[in-house]
Amino acid sequence: MPANTKFELKLGAPTREAFGRTLAELGKENPNIVVGDADLTKSTMTTYFAKAFPERLFECGIAEANMVAIGAGLAMSGKIPFVSSFSAFIMTKGFEQMRCLVAYPNVNLKVVGTHSGISIGEDGPSQMSMEDLALACALPNFTVLSPADEVATKWAVRWAANHVGPVFIRCGRVKAPVIYDADATFEIGKGVELLGGTDVTLVATGLLTAECIKASDILAGEGISARVIDIHTIKPLDEELLAKAARETGALVVAEEHLVDSGLGARVAQALARHAPAPVEFVGLTRYAESGSPDELLDHYGMRAPEVAAAARKVLARKK
Amino acid sequence: MQKTSNPAELAGICRQIRRHIITMTGAAKSGHPGGSLSAVEILVTLYWDVLRHDPAQPRWPERDRFVLSKGHAAPVLYGVLAECGYTPVESLNTLRKLGSIYQGHPDVRFIPALEASTGSLGEGLSVVLGMGLAAKLDNSPTRSYVVLGDGEIQEGQIWEAAMFGAFHKADNVCAIVDYNRIQLDGFTKDILDLEPLAAKWQSFGWHVIELDGHDIAALQAAFAEAAATKGKPTVLIAHTVKGKGVSFMENNPKYHGVAPNAEEIELALKELA
Ligand SMILES: Cc1ncc(C[n+]2csc(CCOP(=O)(O)OP(=O)(O)O)c2C)c(N)n1
Repeated sequence: MPANTKFELKLGAPTREAFGRTLAELGKENPNIVVGDADLTKSTMTTYFAKAFPERLFECGIAEANMVAIGAGLAMSGKIPFVSSFSAFIMTKGFEQMRCLVAYPNVNLKVVGTHSGISIGEDGPSQMSMEDLALACALPNFTVLSPADEVATKWAVRWAANHVGPVFIRCGRVKAPVIYDADATFEIGKGVELLGGTDVTLVATGLLTAECIKASDILAGEGISARVIDIHTIKPLDEELLAKAARETGALVVAEEHLVDSGLGARVAQALARHAPAPVEFVGLTRYAESGSPDELLDHYGMRAPEVAAAARKVLARKK
Repeated sequence: MQKTSNPAELAGICRQIRRHIITMTGAAKSGHPGGSLSAVEILVTLYWDVLRHDPAQPRWPERDRFVLSKGHAAPVLYGVLAECGYTPVESLNTLRKLGSIYQGHPDVRFIPALEASTGSLGEGLSVVLGMGLAAKLDNSPTRSYVVLGDGEIQEGQIWEAAMFGAFHKADNVCAIVDYNRIQLDGFTKDILDLEPLAAKWQSFGWHVIELDGHDIAALQAAFAEAAATKGKPTVLIAHTVKGKGVSFMENNPKYHGVAPNAEEIELALKELA
């Protein structure tokens, strides 16, 4: 029996929903928490915070760059601001403000990008964010989080509120399979080994973590033992855990709903080149997508367990 | 297509476009009906009466340019492009489906007759100013038009572009603000008020015309005035009703981004018969 039957992968809340709920809880606990949104409160789910604490919710209108800079000013005055919009807009339109006003002076702003990846679906490429991890990781001082499910998101938002310094959290639109028990604990900068394995390691983040668990099942059926690691902290990266996996399994696949050339995969490859060179294959996006239902798009653009399993076979063939 | 200046004929075309918007978004079960319905008269007057364009030669170099900067209102543009003969009417109901040319937001990769891919708000005014500058360099009679959302003009880039357009005397550019007073989260006045809007554009150096954006004769007169205005760009502040033409959608923020269900489609089409 494959080991990973321990994961049911039942659909849970979207990570943006978990973000919104947790933010409203935090608002109750800490009067210093303030929130900025850019005409998307009902989509980013800051609407829960807005209803509970209207005086601490700053509706900035459709003006993301201004919102990020206003958030920086709030932070410079001792508030703990969370600013949120679709990841595609806040990370691009607000990037320069994050660079000069937040990253470089190390200001305590929390940036939450929702509707990331192609799984936003029907709205299409202009609203899809597949460059956001690259942008966020490019900023020194930023901690970059990409939780896979509602449990991990709740932790990520709470961690961000308590940490002094800039944080980016990546959330999604659709319901995410539940991976963690409600009482699971996480450590910043530490990946989670979800499944042990000896032949190959599947490294994933976000929605692809569940796909890697399923892929390990497919591979188990072929006699291949796959280790699965969830990377919720993209930066700082858990280089130690990855190097250990490279040494012990000798081959890796990295899977993410992001451009392959600039996301988690590129960072893992850099870490391994430094500490424990090993063959790596990459599952991710290579071009702009199109409109479609989230499920159809994830199928069409190869963001599923079968593609992860195929990449694992390919990398195993390269393993010496 | 048969071009016309007859307001009654144009009104008939508007009704047909509204029916497309309802059936299209209804079939997609998602999309943005409200802001599509508010811009119908503006687009129909442009495409049937004002723009110099030819569906048989979509890339004719001297054509006038149109950019829908508020790209989420794609259904109105798709209805218009289809009725003009640029794209098939039969497949309008594939809106937002995988492989459809009718993408969630206008996408030049799928419809080459589009001038620009839009969807990230705040960018279209700059784009048509670039087109206007190019037309001047080429001594081309091309005029360039852009439809902006009222929420959209909260973006700072719009005001950078406004300053640029006046400074460069871009009199071959005409912007239309679809002033339907509602954005995504609610009423614009409650989110980030734009008033005094006409005074803002005036102070930025634009020729400003305020009008009822559903009054076809008024739109025709305004576009003629814009073309005759030299030395500065023109902005039409078109007072409109979000969801116009469908009683239960009118002025109702819910229908910004919610498609009509089966029952609502039937009701709406009855009203638009
Ligand atoms: C830069 C950017 N921010 C946010 C959005 C999400 N969004 C889509 S439509 C919309 C509201 C637009 O309101 P308005 O411009 O008034 O359009 P209309 O009411 O005419 O539909 C928002 C916030 C976007 N498309 N682009």
